[in-house]
Amino acid sequence: MMQPARHSALPGFNLTFGITLLWLSLIVLLPLAALILRPWELGLAGVWHSITEPRVLASLRLSFGVAALAAVVNVPFGLLVAWVMVRYRFPCRNLADSLIDMPLALPTAVAGIALTALFAPKGWIGALLTPLGIKVAYTPLGILVALIFVGLPFVVRTLEPVIMDLPLDSEEAAATLGATRSQIVRRVVLPALIPALLAGFGAALARGVGEYGSVIFIAGNMPMISEIAPLLIVIRLEQLDYAGAAALGLVMLLVSFAILLLLNLLERRIHQRT
Amino acid sequence: MPDFRMTRRSTMFVTLAAAAAGPVRAADTTLLNASYDPTRELYREINRAFAVAWQKEAGQRIAINMSHGGSGAQTRAVLDGLPADVVTLALAADIDALARRGMIAANWQTRLPDNASPYTSTIVFLVRKNNPRAIRDWSDLIEPDVAVITPNPKTSGGARWNFLAALAWAQREPGATAASAEAFMRDLFHHVPVLDTGARGATNSFAQRGLGDVLLAWENEAWLARKELGPDEFTIVYPSLSILAEPPVAVVDSVVDKKGTRVVAEAYLRFLYSKEGQDIVAKHYYRPRDPAVVATYAERYPALKLVTIGDFGGWDVAQATYFADGGMFDRIFTPGK
Amino acid sequence: MNLSATQESPAVRVGLTALTVVLLVTLLLLPLAVVFTEALKHGLAIAADALVAPDAIAAIELTLIVAAISVPLNTVCGLAAAWCIVRFRFSGRGLLITLIELPFSVSPVISGLVWILLFGANGWFGPAFDRAGIRVIFAIPGLVLATTFVTFPFVVRTLIPLMEQQGASEEEAALTLGATGWQTFWRVTLPNIRWGLLYGVLLCNARAMGEFGAVAVVSGHVRGQTMTMPLQVEALFNDYDWVGAFTIAGLLSMLALLTLVVKAALEWRIGSRGGPLL
Repeated sequence: MMQPARHSALPGFNLTFGITLLWLSLIVLLPLAALILRPWELGLAGVWHSITEPRVLASLRLSFGVAALAAVVNVPFGLLVAWVMVRYRFPCRNLADSLIDMPLALPTAVAGIALTALFAPKGWIGALLTPLGIKVAYTPLGILVALIFVGLPFVVRTLEPVIMDLPLDSEEAAATLGATRSQIVRRVVLPALIPALLAGFGAALARGVGEYGSVIFIAGNMPMISEIAPLLIVIRLEQLDYAGAAALGLVMLLVSFAILLLLNLLERRIHQRT
Repeated sequence: MPDFRMTRRSTMFVTLAAAAAGPVRAADTTLLNASYDPTRELYREINRAFAVAWQKEAGQRIAINMSHGGSGAQTRAVLDGLPADVVTLALAADIDALARRGMIAANWQTRLPDNASPYTSTIVFLVRKNNPRAIRDWSDLIEPDVAVITPNPKTSGGARWNFLAALAWAQREPGATAASAEAFMRDLFHHVPVLDTGARGATNSFAQRGLGDVLLAWENEAWLARKELGPDEFTIVYPSLSILAEPPVAVVDSVVDKKGTRVVAEAYLRFLYSKEGQDIVAKHYYRPRDPAVVATYAERYPALKLVTIGDFGGWDVAQATYFADGGMFDRIFTPGK
Repeated sequence: MNLSATQESPAVRVGLTALTVVLLVTLLLLPLAVVFTEALKHGLAIAADALVAPDAIAAIELTLIVAAISVPLNTVCGLAAAWCIVRFRFSGRGLLITLIELPFSVSPVISGLVWILLFGANGWFGPAFDRAGIRVIFAIPGLVLATTFVTFPFVVRTLIPLMEQQGASEEEAALTLGATGWQTFWRVTLPNIRWGLLYGVLLCNARAMGEFGAVAVVSGHVRGQTMTMPLQVEALFNDYDWVGAFTIAGLLSMLALLTLVVKAALEWRIGSRGGPLL
């Protein structure tokens, strides 16, 4: 199946293709094959039972729900940051721009204990919120904060190049026709950004669903309430339920894929229409 | 340039080879002890003392590595190939799981004195300074707005002892039925805002993160938390009834036979029963077995009405009834029942 | 023409900028500040002690060893993959790209779990490796495999857009002039992509050293033996050693800051962002 269709003048296809395939098979495909095949030792009914337990469903709902919510919050946040970074000049802009990648460079465990220390009832921010009756650490809200943290750069970095490439003349043309700024933003700018917003949303969502390190420190880890699906996988492993752990892992993988596929289709639809 | 590349490449191979060989430590023999969460400080001191004693006795330098985690998690790791020479876990059920897979002889509990538990402990309450919520007994835990911290019984051995101690009390209330006991447990866990995977995580939630009004803890963990985090900050409350927790120890036969470390591993566990070992045990707030040592530290161990795991029909029954999938713990977390 | 309609009013611009700065400071800078504050709460000397504790040094060593193996492996293979994907058209090419990017959409926990399923005592190959006396899980090979899985796509992802943009004309010219394939690679391709390559390696390394979820599953948590720095942070956190935990976390944070600085320098060098990060 994988034959070079075009004989390029360049050498090295067989060597590099061989290395790639070998490496991919050993590091990615073989392990994932284990993930796909292992659950079935429970039998079809067993797998079904194992992934439809109320606690499992609750954890999946939480993981996908909070990740989606965080991605939704990150859309306006990311849009704001990307817009300001591309269109405005202000002191320390370069510094601020470099800072945006912090959540990607910072180890997730460090992010986890740092956010926990910040939002714990005695922490810098937690102490301000506690009198207002807002509890962040050890509640689903804490998971939301952690996922907003890890997801923000995905939205910003997806939007920035698109905002940079926005043709200014269409904004100018609209202005010539007497449109106000808010009309231009709503009718000209935002529609052009929708595919990138969707892509950023999808990337933040994909990352948030599987996130573990930053979340377990700040989530309360209560079954049915604040227990994320990756933690339940770890708990199942610790209970020696390998097949059950693999089954849950497989479900997460499939749902993530389905969501990304859906977003891709949606993006293509919008592209075709414009 | 090609020479340079060769050096780079050979450096990488050296690194790989070194990595495969593992870190080298200056000792004749190393043991790995896979233990549960709150024993970190205890075994740090035991290991030091045993190394000295063993050098004197056998003329051999020994280094003991530790791995800590929830008791269930540690069992999983050993089953999955963590090469632990000895396991020192929170409850017998976990070592039984290793015995069922043939890694430890089935008679492990009779190979050492006292059910192979060189020390015992019990479950107590740790509350904040001066006990502001006036928590005296199990019934106070389900008062409105009282938040109880306990780890997850699915992964933590201590949490299973907590669970059984609470249940034992509920079962012995006047007029108690199976349904009333389960209702109490459901009520109790509705007062739990965080379920950590290990006992140490729960202590951290309570003590460092300031969560909850009462921590259900090992007696030793409660005393240690009080010592480490400020005696003025916390008060220990002994309930009217608790459970005799027997954390057992065993040599992992399949590992020591392969590594040839049986002699020293057995000596290590026997050291726990020695006068010196028992003294260290007591210093870390566990209850020693040696009556002479108990007498020395008598003021630390208030007399307490204790049930045993035998009252629940042994670990096999308790595990299946309460903690297995679909057991009581799962039921009390299922909504609508 | 209504000029004011092509940009926001000054008041709005100031407001939006202020909002952005507040957002970035609270969300990104405060967590960092908290790490260093907690680490230095009892003075520099105590933090320094925590840094040279034997277990801390062992964790730093192990982290470096794991990164020193998995980053070069992913670099070499990433180069090979980028070469065959960018320079050749073949059926299944799209599928190959998707598969290479797969590890990004997998939860770190699953990235560790799969190795247990393969090499755990009850895994497919566990018993055979055990008989051969080769320890994979709960030892360095397991940590390396989990880290390699997680960081698999970084180098390829950075190189593909860069090499596509550069085109193959220089390489084709070199070949026409009689250079061998290897000569072309070393003299033409590599110099052209070196900054982009470095960029990919940098990101790969940052993730390799900071990975938590995947290594937590395969580590076994043996003090001084199988604890990488992020795992050591968690362990110290659980030891009531608040300062120790935040000190190691501070070291990792400095690594992250260094990564960002080098990254900014490389972006300036490449003249643009080296493709979307991740």
